[in-house]
Amino acid sequence: MIHSLFMVNSHRDIFMEKHWKTAVKRSICDYFFNALEKASSPEDIPPVISTPHHYLITVYRDRLYFVSVIGKEVQPLFVIEFLHRIMDTFVEYFNECSERVIKENYVVVYELLEEMLDNGFPLATESNVLKELIKPPNILRTVVNTVTGQSNVADHLPTGQLSNIPWRRSGVKYASNEAYFDVTEEVDAIIDRSGSTVFAEIHGSIDACVKLTGMPDLTLSFVNPRMLDDVSFHPCVRFKRWENEKVLSFVPPDGNFTLCSYHIGSQGMVSIPIYVKHNVHYAGSGGKFEVTVGSRHTMGKIIEDLRISAVMPKQVTNVNLLPSQGEYSFKPVEKEVVWDVGRMAPGKPPSIKGILSLQAGVPAPEEKPTVTVHFKIQQLAISGLRVNRLDMYSEKYKPFKGVKYITKAGKFQVRT
Amino acid sequence: RYDDLKNMLDQNKDFLKLEAMKRIIGMIAKGKNASSLFPAVVKNVACKNIEVKKLVYVYLERYAEEQQDLALLSISTFQRGLKDHNQLIRASALRVLSSIRVPIIVPIMMLAIKDGMTDMSPFVRKTAAHAIPKLYSLDPDQKESLIEIIDKLLSDRTTLVAGSVVMAYQEVCPERVDLVHRHFRKLCNLLVDVDEWGQIAILSMLTRYARTQFTDPNKYIFLIPFYVEYDSFDDKPFYEEESSSDSDEEKIKEKLPKYVMDPDHRLLLKCSKPLLQSRNSAVVMAVAQLYYHLGPRQEVSVVAKALVRLLRGRREVQAVVLQNIASMTLMRKGIFEAFLKSFYVRSTDPTHIRVMKLEVLTNLATESNISIILREFQTYVRSSDKQFVAHTIQAIARCATNIEEVTDTCLAGLVSLLSNRDEAVVAESIVVIKKLLQMNPSQHCDIIKHMARLVDNIQVPMAKASILWLIGEYSEFVPKIAPDVLRKAVKHFPSQENIVKLQIINLAAKLFITNQRQTKLLAQYVLQLGKYDQSYDIRDRSRFIRHLIMPSSELANGQIHKHAKKILLAPKPAPVLESPFKGSRDAYQLGSLSHAINAEANGYQKLPDFPETQPDPSVRTVEPVTTDRRRPGRTARSKPPKKKSFYSDEDSSEESESGSSSSGSEDSESDSGDSSYSESESGISDSDKVKKKTVTPALAAASDISSDNKFHFIKHPLMMAYSTGQTNKSGYTTLDSEESSGESGSSSSEEESSEEEVKPPPKRQTKRKKETVNLLDLDDFSPPSVSPSKSSTSLLTPMLASDLQGLSLGGANHVEMAGTSSGKSYELLHRVTGGGLSAKYRYPRSPCIYSDTMITVELEFTNSSDSPIQNIHIGEKKLQAGLKVHDFAEIDAIEPGSSKTSTMGIDFCDTTQPLVFDICTKSRKFNVSVKIPVGELVKPVSMAQTEFLNQQGILSGMNENKGKVNVPETIQSSINKKVMEIVNVCIVPSTQSNIHRLVYVLYAGKTAHGGSVLLLSIDLSESGEAKLIVNCDKMVIGSMVFKQVKEALT
Repeated sequence: MIHSLFMVNSHRDIFMEKHWKTAVKRSICDYFFNALEKASSPEDIPPVISTPHHYLITVYRDRLYFVSVIGKEVQPLFVIEFLHRIMDTFVEYFNECSERVIKENYVVVYELLEEMLDNGFPLATESNVLKELIKPPNILRTVVNTVTGQSNVADHLPTGQLSNIPWRRSGVKYASNEAYFDVTEEVDAIIDRSGSTVFAEIHGSIDACVKLTGMPDLTLSFVNPRMLDDVSFHPCVRFKRWENEKVLSFVPPDGNFTLCSYHIGSQGMVSIPIYVKHNVHYAGSGGKFEVTVGSRHTMGKIIEDLRISAVMPKQVTNVNLLPSQGEYSFKPVEKEVVWDVGRMAPGKPPSIKGILSLQAGVPAPEEKPTVTVHFKIQQLAISGLRVNRLDMYSEKYKPFKGVKYITKAGKFQVRT
Repeated sequence: RYDDLKNMLDQNKDFLKLEAMKRIIGMIAKGKNASSLFPAVVKNVACKNIEVKKLVYVYLERYAEEQQDLALLSISTFQRGLKDHNQLIRASALRVLSSIRVPIIVPIMMLAIKDGMTDMSPFVRKTAAHAIPKLYSLDPDQKESLIEIIDKLLSDRTTLVAGSVVMAYQEVCPERVDLVHRHFRKLCNLLVDVDEWGQIAILSMLTRYARTQFTDPNKYIFLIPFYVEYDSFDDKPFYEEESSSDSDEEKIKEKLPKYVMDPDHRLLLKCSKPLLQSRNSAVVMAVAQLYYHLGPRQEVSVVAKALVRLLRGRREVQAVVLQNIASMTLMRKGIFEAFLKSFYVRSTDPTHIRVMKLEVLTNLATESNISIILREFQTYVRSSDKQFVAHTIQAIARCATNIEEVTDTCLAGLVSLLSNRDEAVVAESIVVIKKLLQMNPSQHCDIIKHMARLVDNIQVPMAKASILWLIGEYSEFVPKIAPDVLRKAVKHFPSQENIVKLQIINLAAKLFITNQRQTKLLAQYVLQLGKYDQSYDIRDRSRFIRHLIMPSSELANGQIHKHAKKILLAPKPAPVLESPFKGSRDAYQLGSLSHAINAEANGYQKLPDFPETQPDPSVRTVEPVTTDRRRPGRTARSKPPKKKSFYSDEDSSEESESGSSSSGSEDSESDSGDSSYSESESGISDSDKVKKKTVTPALAAASDISSDNKFHFIKHPLMMAYSTGQTNKSGYTTLDSEESSGESGSSSSEEESSEEEVKPPPKRQTKRKKETVNLLDLDDFSPPSVSPSKSSTSLLTPMLASDLQGLSLGGANHVEMAGTSSGKSYELLHRVTGGGLSAKYRYPRSPCIYSDTMITVELEFTNSSDSPIQNIHIGEKKLQAGLKVHDFAEIDAIEPGSSKTSTMGIDFCDTTQPLVFDICTKSRKFNVSVKIPVGELVKPVSMAQTEFLNQQGILSGMNENKGKVNVPETIQSSINKKVMEIVNVCIVPSTQSNIHRLVYVLYAGKTAHGGSVLLLSIDLSESGEAKLIVNCDKMVIGSMVFKQVKEALT
């Protein structure tokens, strides 16, 4: 399936390659570079590129390209999903996925790639299994290994690989047993120029950090499970019980994982916790720019980390704005105005206004900038989803359990 | 060159070797050639250090192919490794042995795979499965023996192996469908437990398999469009022959062979459906394509939601999913209509995603949503991304051609874009307007003029060419302007692009024909210029045109010249603006690489078409090794995927026990909304109860500063019991803070006791819930338990596929309902008043062939006079409001002493008012009336017990009639018969049995006209006392039925 993998940085250097079958020449990447040439931005490169003898499937993330070489018909999503899984694994091992860490840890990277794919087919991808096979590097272990001559590589097959729950390693022990759940919801919305909502939906996920001894069997139930009619689960969740009883029943992986993610569509009511008033217009060689934001439907919670950004048309040469709160910056190359409001204290809604300078001699722009909004609200799940209880079976001790709610702006755009 | 490395490798110390290997791997990773180190490295293959060994393996996999002779040195080590007691060593030895690609060792590989196939460890077996395609690519001649191995491995029951062996199967012998037969059901049932990558492989393999083994579930829908309203997968029997009728509809239905979905086909669909909730987008896509290619049309829509969810994923995922959605929307618009807004373009989307979203939006456009879409397009036109704007303009044009209502609006909008400042926008608009105008040029004369004016300023060649073509084609509408345009165009002829030059020549030629007087010289001039142009295309064209329109003297009698006008000015059909996705891309399987690149990829196999006739389904039957096998060919319900493995049944039953209280309260919660917090809080101590009542969502979400114990509880009413009020450092609110609150002992007992206290209220629901589960399970195993009670005429009624059965069981649910024709007949006309003609009527309880809402009445005419009675027909009818009658066919004559029957249909509007009408014979007229007993107003409905209980819950209060009846012994045994005689209902299969009950029967029906549900339940206890409950939306009918049944039972 996957013949070879090339890792390419933003300077178009191939800094690592791995072949699972007969080596493919580097020159195959020229097709990719050609496509990159044509694309207006790295985002715009087509995921699938066809070359005379092979096909290239590319993912772009964290300013790195993973270019995989495919020889035969295969589902492109299979490969894309897998490449992202490789990157996820790197992040888990090294806390980030960048050229630097990959180069530094090339041996671990190579060992990982070797374990994850056999002859181009996925072999072991669960991070719990991989971590048992190949220990993640850390300074302490490096020191110990050099002194004692132990190695990072296990000489036994991880038990998870054989069991029906490959995601959990066995023999987990903790002094304090804890299970935390973060319910994070992101509001995606498009607000049109008159302020009415064109489209709004919520994407939520429940991220868990479970540090429990032994083989706990957890059951998480909700006060209002009916809200979740479009859910995707971590493989550990039992579909059947969700379907019948609307509870999440699972044997959790050890450590951090995403338990489930859900989507509350535009059909249901989505309350928008923020409103934006704007006034942008151009006249002659200048223009006016004014934005006011305020909160609503926040159930008394305070909006934090509020940040407003807008990409100005290319004719705008400079801006001169006065914010009532926070500060703003203008990047003349990207033409992006970023207004960092910070915490939105109750009371007068923050606003920013001022003038735009336009390039002389060219006609005023036609398009108005789209305003993108970022914010965060602690202790609130905007959909109203609430966790009811968490029960644990098959282990004796009492764990500490906690749940946290956060609402964030996802792709929140206001058209002006 | 690498002497230092060689030295290190030759040393005895492991850490030096490791260091050297790490550096060598670093070289490989960077793409440097490290093959010269091969001899030094290969020596270390037997190294004890596991990490060195692994790295040597990595090295060998990379370079063994290039140095085959030296690589052979390592083989014996691998062979030793294959016998190791550690399964990881065995597996990795097998892996590296099969990965080094040295053709000489093919026999050794073969042996190793055969050994691995029977290994104890499933992991080694998995590795063996992985080795199969490797060996196959090395030596395709081994195919036969490899197939044998695959066949054996397919019977492996571990989930670990299943995915890998299917991948090997796909690689080696995807054409050997016969290998799959025996494992089909097992694979379906294992599907949920296999790892994600295996799921993808299995799903795509089963899609191909199903295409060869099952018939097309949508076949008959294609034939007869109106048939869509029926659930095609519902194997409902059609009317039998005897209900003869002349209506066309009826006949077509009879001709239709009924489609019965194979239970295995249904099983596949059912088992793959839960995977739509996978976190892996490729799995979701695999299920989506399975449903798209195999599912009955009305079921495909289940995939829409999951696919739309993927649009939130990574950029690359979005791109591929959108491509597939675009293809799906072309064929089945309806699936995604509800998700229209999810395809709105965001300003942050990269261009190729935007273009794809536009494509989807355009495909989804219908009369009803076009206005919303056009408004959305208006915003896009203002975007600063010009490529995107151009695509939007094309999209508008496509909407305009597809939906006639908006053609003019769109055209006006596009014309207004002509004054846009951006030339690219204008050019694109011109090109599409040209296409639109071709549809109806005569009406848009002014637009053509407007465009003619633009020709001077436009520089984009395609746009210019479009205008010139337009003017040439429709010069009759702009006779004055056209020659002038030509004159101007000719001036700049040499400096134009080829495409414009061609159009100038065209324009000249067309004008020469229509308006020779003004343009002859111009045309000659243009052709002269064309003759010496650099492009031979243009030289060719001008030569051709010249001879066509102005033949030289020696060819003056040329035949073609006479037809020049016909040739050049032939009416041209308007172009159809089609999606670029149409055509070639449809042909590829969704989700495949070939679909993504719109070309056939290496190794792509076309998805086979459904077979015309169903191949033998019994091939999939396996000898009863396992319990979950069904008899072949039987239309029994398909079994739900059984969670084998670690979700053991014992534990689930225990779980449901413990979970029941919470699930019960959940139920009540959703019913009664916020106020039911008190119920869901099972673990709250009494002292808190008072407070709880005040809990409202607003309060619940209120400030979290309070540190008071009870208030803290109020904040998180959903959390467990008593909390300490200690708001956690990281902002976590404690779920169960027993440890931190010192009072754990006492409070936990409190918790238990209060839990018990609160239990009673939700008990009823809990119980009901359990029944449901029971019912489902039992249903799965036992054949449908509806016993048709004394069916004299076994007329089969079309039945409603009840919701429950609809998706999960519908395919094979075969409930036979027999109308118990009550033998009772009523007198319509006495022979004395009828002058020898007597008539009786009865209710045969067969479905009425005239209309769904009518009730069939069978009339029997008997002639007891001594002369034939002729021309019996219905005369005047006195119809009460709403009553409808379908007359019986006129009876020509009845001989003395004989009788004839006829049927008529009456819609009683769910009332018992009699129908009064005249029966006319040749000579006489009799006034008669037909009365209907209330029980006949009902038609039987098949219903599952769960649904029955649901409905019963809804129809309470005024709609419920309840009472107790003392049933005498004599009747007790024939309750069923009695009820059936009175009311035309059907038994709901019930699974509840109780020793204290003699009889517990549920009946369901619905009124013929209004479709109001009528539910009847009889619960006879040993004491002879029966509880009778009748629920009906129509209170009158309900109470009348209740009264009659009660009478009949006493």
